Order: sequence, then C-alpha cells, then structure tokens
Amino acid sequence: MEFTSILFYVFSLFFVGSSLVMITSRNTAKAALWLILTFFSAASLWLLLEAEFLAITLILIYVGAVMVLFMFVIKMLDTEASTLRAQFTRYLPLGIFVSLVVIVQMALVLNAGPFDLETVGLPEQHGPSYSNITAIAQQLYTVYVYPFELAAVLLLIAIIAAITLVHRTQVNSKKQNISEQINVQAKDRMRFASINKDSTKENK
Amino acid sequence: MIALSDYLILSSIVFCIGLAGIFINRTNIIMILMCVELILAAVNTNFIAFSFYSSDLAGQIFVFFILTVAAAEVAIGLAILTLMYRNRGSIDIDVTNTLKG
Repeated sequence: MEFTSILFYVFSLFFVGSSLVMITSRNTAKAALWLILTFFSAASLWLLLEAEFLAITLILIYVGAVMVLFMFVIKMLDTEASTLRAQFTRYLPLGIFVSLVVIVQMALVLNAGPFDLETVGLPEQHGPSYSNITAIAQQLYTVYVYPFELAAVLLLIAIIAAITLVHRTQVNSKKQNISEQINVQAKDRMRFASINKDSTKENK
Repeated sequence: MIALSDYLILSSIVFCIGLAGIFINRTNIIMILMCVELILAAVNTNFIAFSFYSSDLAGQIFVFFILTVAAAEVAIGLAILTLMYRNRGSIDIDVTNTLKG
C-alpha cells in the first residue's frame, strides 16, 4: 500500500468520525469544535488532491472566520441542551432512514463502475515547478473574471445585509437629526406658563 | 492507488451524515446551519476529486465560488438568528410559527 493511500484512509477516518461525533454532540459549542476538526481533515484530503489553494482557503475562511462567528453566536445566545435531547430520539429513526436511502442510492451508482480506476485512471503527474495557485489565478482572472467580481459584490451585499439586520440605533445618542431641526416649531421651543397672581401673593 | 470512486463514496457518506444531522438536531438552528456546512464540505470534496481526476481546474474554481456564497450565507443566517433570539427570546425552531395563521 502506498503512503498516500494510507494518508487518504487516515484522513477520511477523521473526516467521517468527527462529523459523526459532531451531529450527535449534545453541546452546541462542542459540536462547533468537532466541525473544526472535520474541516481540517477535509483540507488535508484536498491537499492530497493537489488543491493547495482551496485547502488553505478552507482553513483560513472556515476555521478562521466562519467557525469563530459560530462560536460567538453560540456563546452569546442561550442554547438550552435539554430540549435538544428530547427531540434526539424522536427524529433519530427518520434521520437514519433517509440517510440510509441516500447512501444506498449513491452506492448503487458508484459501484456500477463508471468512476473506477480502470475507467477513469490517474491524471498525469505535474512537475515540481507546477503551482496550483498560479494555475487557479490564471483561470480566475481571465476566464472567470466576471463571476469573480460578482462574488465580491455578493460579499459586499452580505456585509451590508448582516449589519442592517443586527444594527440597533442607540436610544441616548447625541447624533444630529437635520430634518427634525429644520421642522421645529416655535411652540416646541418656548413654553408659556400662566402664573396665577393670587397664588404668588399668598406665597409672600 | 486511490480511485475517484473512493473519494465519491467518502463524500457521499459525509453528505448523508450531514443530512441525518439535520433530522436529528431539528430544533436547534445553529446545529442545522453547521450541518449545512458539513454537507457543503462533502460536495466540495466531490468537486475537487472530479477536478483532480479529469485535470480540469474548473471544478476548483467552482469550489472557490461555493466557499464565497457559503460565507455570505453563514453571515446572514447568523444575523437572522441573533435577530430572532432578540425578538422571540429563543432559537427553538418550534417557536417560529407566527406565519402559521
């Protein structure tokens, strides 16, 4: 057995095992940590497939940004674990049934042989001077330049949407409201108090 | 050597684990979002395996766009989740039945 085959089996063991532990985990914060391990093993598998750029991107974006965001939300919100456990056994048979059906369907297709080593074969080996990042960049900035710009716009929309959704205007803010200042009436600023003569005399 | 079908079987197993996770953790929206991330990781593995075995970089570029969209989706999803917790006081999915009529 080759060394890369051993690596493949080790990483796929981690991939499947940590995702299994993640979905059955009672604590949401622990589930997020197991998902991080899943992403790391997925990135290792992508490195075996010579997708170095995407493997590093997965770790940087998912582990570095997305999972940190998840951890923030989990720690900020109160996620009670008691209701989760009650639902666990209720929907377990349905979940197992659906995933078994999907696995059987996938296995029927994949075992038919169109993706075997004899049919597909191995790709040609790249030399040591081959750079995955250079190859992706050449494609991304020439053929896929418009989708690339669209992705940037999409991220901008996501930023604006997230801030607009969660942002709460401060109640005691000293911010200027120009239209309120222009539309002010005299009676808003000045108050006429009617002072009773008799009551003032009594006070003396 | 590892064949393409091995990678496909691995990613289909992880896909089904993520699918079962959605069913099991039906009431917790954070867990559902994380299971969606798991499913996306499985699908991306599929794309990269095909890209490697057919020596075509288009699959990897597609995965790049999937990562972008998934990051945007998570940001907006968690924002909606925070908003829902602020308005309802819970992130239980059974609480969100105000549209039921």
